[in-house]
Amino acid sequence: MSFLDYFRSKKTGTASVAKERLQIIVAHERGQREQPDYLPQLQQELLAVIRKYVQIDDDMVQVEVDRNERCSVLELNVTLPEH
Amino acid sequence: MARIIVVTSGKGGVGKTTTSASISTGLAKRGHKTVVIDFDVGLRNLDLIMNCERRVVYDFVNVIQGEASLNQALIRDKRVDTLYILPASQTREKEALTREGVEKVINELSETFDYIVCDSPAGIEHGALMALYYADEAIVVTNPEVSSVRDSDRILGILQSKSRRAEMGLDPVREHLLLTRYNPARVEKGEMLSVADVEEILAIPLLGVIPESQVVLNASNQGVPVILEAESDAGQAYDDAVARLLGEEREHRFMTAQKKGFFSRMFKGG
Repeated sequence: MSFLDYFRSKKTGTASVAKERLQIIVAHERGQREQPDYLPQLQQELLAVIRKYVQIDDDMVQVEVDRNERCSVLELNVTLPEH
Repeated sequence: MARIIVVTSGKGGVGKTTTSASISTGLAKRGHKTVVIDFDVGLRNLDLIMNCERRVVYDFVNVIQGEASLNQALIRDKRVDTLYILPASQTREKEALTREGVEKVINELSETFDYIVCDSPAGIEHGALMALYYADEAIVVTNPEVSSVRDSDRILGILQSKSRRAEMGLDPVREHLLLTRYNPARVEKGEMLSVADVEEILAIPLLGVIPESQVVLNASNQGVPVILEAESDAGQAYDDAVARLLGEEREHRFMTAQKKGFFSRMFKGG
């Protein structure tokens, strides 16, 4: 750290990094929390069915429920390998 | 009807038992008949913090299993005569805390006490779930540090879904944030999350900020709830928290670093 940095260093503390990381992970985990309990198992079974035909990784099937005022939408996102 | 307050955090070592001891002592000192229950079966420590470890004969599990009456198990505090301690069992399995058993004990205590303070074990397993299940209010003890804040958020989620109030669709558990081990000097240097940062992330009302202080360790060494160290910053901060819990308005203190004067810097080595 140079001599001048000493005077500028007000914002270089690690607390701001901590806050940013926390905001992201907490928002993500809150999103998961509102999901129905059956989602993980649904995801596993979908994975098993798709794997009968295509080899895919665990994270290539995303399952989410979006709740609106009038209805809920089950959103499936399956990524297939490139070849 | 007693008001049931759980002191919880998810993460261990953040100051739950210290807080349970001080909050219950503070409530009792104001004349409210208060009992503090240790839910940490197998790892009881509230007795040590309250300086009654040598007076434990029967415990919470003995009462649940009908081996002792509540009156036999309750330990009356020697300093504040409206305060009682119900110690945890040191030898039993955690599963000995059945929901029905806990309910029976809490209902019986409710008949004669004003406040029931439940000192939760760390984690989110059986003991912690039992401690928060019957709560009307929750004091979420948090350190200004990433893992503690994340775990507190997790516990808040559990309070909102797995407590009795949530399951029965009653008014939600009233949540309070208690930030402990706060070091204003480090916050000012940008090294530690500030009160505002933690409030913004957890988004629950602030009950108090307990400054990091040598006094807390000194008090626990001697089995004195730190709130009784009335001259100390941490003791006063707990006293403010109890007052706020009872609805009093008190300004938050101990949130800025003490500026050291020229002389104290000269003679105390900065």
